[in-house]
Amino acid sequence: MNLILEIAWTHVRARVRQTGFAVAGVATGVGFSIMMAALMQGSQDDFTNRLVNTLPNVTVTDERRSPPPQPAATTYDAAEIHGLTPEARRRGIKNPLATMAALEAWLPGAVGPSVKVQAIIRYANHDIATNVIGIDPRREAMVSDLPKQMRGATLTALYRATNAIVIGDRLSEKIGARIGANITLQTSEGARLNAQVVGYFHSGVRQLDESTAYVLTKTGQILSKQTGLINELRVRLTAPMSSREIAARIENDTGYKSVSWQEANEDLISTFIIRNIIMYTVVGAILLVASFGTYNIISTITHEKARDIAIMKSLGLSEYTVRSIFVIEAMIIGVAGALAGFVLGYVLCLALGSVEIKNPFLDADRLPLAYAYTHYLMAGAVALVSSVVAGYQPARKAARLHPVEIIRGAT
Amino acid sequence: MSETPLIEARNVTRILPGIVPTTLVQNVDLAIRKNEFVAITGPSGSGKSSLLYLLGLLDFPTSGEVLIEGQATTHMPEEDRAFARLTMLGFVFQFHFLLPEFTVLENVMLPMRALGKLSKAQMRTRGGDLLGSFGLGEHIHKRPDQLSGGQRQRVAVARALANEPPVILADEPTGSLDSKASEQVFEVLRDLVHVEGKTVVAVTHDLAMAERMDRHIELLDGRVRIDEQHGVRQ
Repeated sequence: MNLILEIAWTHVRARVRQTGFAVAGVATGVGFSIMMAALMQGSQDDFTNRLVNTLPNVTVTDERRSPPPQPAATTYDAAEIHGLTPEARRRGIKNPLATMAALEAWLPGAVGPSVKVQAIIRYANHDIATNVIGIDPRREAMVSDLPKQMRGATLTALYRATNAIVIGDRLSEKIGARIGANITLQTSEGARLNAQVVGYFHSGVRQLDESTAYVLTKTGQILSKQTGLINELRVRLTAPMSSREIAARIENDTGYKSVSWQEANEDLISTFIIRNIIMYTVVGAILLVASFGTYNIISTITHEKARDIAIMKSLGLSEYTVRSIFVIEAMIIGVAGALAGFVLGYVLCLALGSVEIKNPFLDADRLPLAYAYTHYLMAGAVALVSSVVAGYQPARKAARLHPVEIIRGAT
Repeated sequence: MSETPLIEARNVTRILPGIVPTTLVQNVDLAIRKNEFVAITGPSGSGKSSLLYLLGLLDFPTSGEVLIEGQATTHMPEEDRAFARLTMLGFVFQFHFLLPEFTVLENVMLPMRALGKLSKAQMRTRGGDLLGSFGLGEHIHKRPDQLSGGQRQRVAVARALANEPPVILADEPTGSLDSKASEQVFEVLRDLVHVEGKTVVAVTHDLAMAERMDRHIELLDGRVRIDEQHGVRQ
């Protein structure tokens, strides 16, 4: 064994209890850091996955980002128009099938047409505002997980009855409508329609399950009182993380407002950033506290070993060698603490993962945890670096000890 | 005599800074040559140990210069001073100053390992031979606290010789030993000079022992008062 390593190992081994406490401090820091990272990352991933799987990755609506300019303003450069109502346009996406074909020619994924209508569902004295979405059940599997989220029936049940409707399971519970129930849909355009509940869906996102219903495209068009209306294209991409870029290109190509899932949930995603900042701050604080333990033990060892340091220096060991001994001791504590922390972190994750819990936003019954080797590497690296930094100062001080002062003191 | 001294002090002064500065060594001129057996004596506080530490490059002179084989050392980089201690000088202190967690053999091997010239097997052989020559062959795997005071001091001498330095500097090597152990250690040091051709500079309170050494330097108040070789003043 290398001399430096051997002396360092002998020192830490000779102080089992003190070293044990320092290692335990680092291990606790690393373990809880891993657990926190797993919890934060897990909940974030879980939420993101649900959003990505439940909602279309990109939604193209018949809206524009800015209102159309007044004809006079486009004709005359000098004209400045105030106070006029923008030109009313016919609702819906123009030539939806051609637009879909054009998009499907280049984008990596699938496009589905839909009609989105705001309606009030009336049933058993309940009036609930709902997003009613007219879809093509045969294409829906290509653009969302709705067919997999069906309960009590398949999505093709929409074909089985006239004006069939599939509602969210929470909406069903809220109004008490079971399969076979006849409910009334009323829109702001004055359309009124009786529909039969043919199934439920369960997306896992409370907001959707409480306020969304699916009907056939044709039924949606009847509700919106506009034959052939398609006011929304739902896009599912093979790489959901590229939704922002794809949405921007769709908007550029078609002129219609295209919203990626990230944009639609920007407020939530920004809270993830804040959560991550909080997480890294707390993790950093835990590891900092742990590094105080390392500083303490290295300081104690250098203090106790002042005479040995003087001997080693008088024998001809250089400052670098002496400093390295104590830095290596700090590293031994850091490595041992990190390894013990990995085990502790894993056990904590398992324990936390077994806890049943009700999430107010999602309906997961277990805490979602992400098991990523990067969490272990990161916590281990931070622990090691903080241990070395904590050990360096006393090591440097020890290496600079004047052997004569110690030898005189000892004699 | 034209031979370059192994260690030379040229007008060396060491003042300990403080509110009241203390002069430890004052204007000392001294040359230690090959194969000398030198005793440094003097009353307590006369600067014996301070001079030894200056000669052994453990301390820096406030003024003057310490030369090792003609080479000035005051402005030498710390690494070079450490290397000079490792290869040229061997220290023996009043208390053995062995590393308590290591075995006797490991303690003796320490300077060899720091130098790194020999293989581990060669170091073991040399360490074992050295300890054997001091009558400690059967104790090589013991820890220092399992040995008597005299045995520990002999281990310290063996450690000082590990890298075959030409000079051994000993600070009260028999100061903590009984008369029998003191005699044993003295004989070891004497043999180093007379049998192995080393140079030994020993600080001692024991005037009888100093009389038996080849050269006797007496200090008073940090200055050289007497420097005699076989009873002849230098």
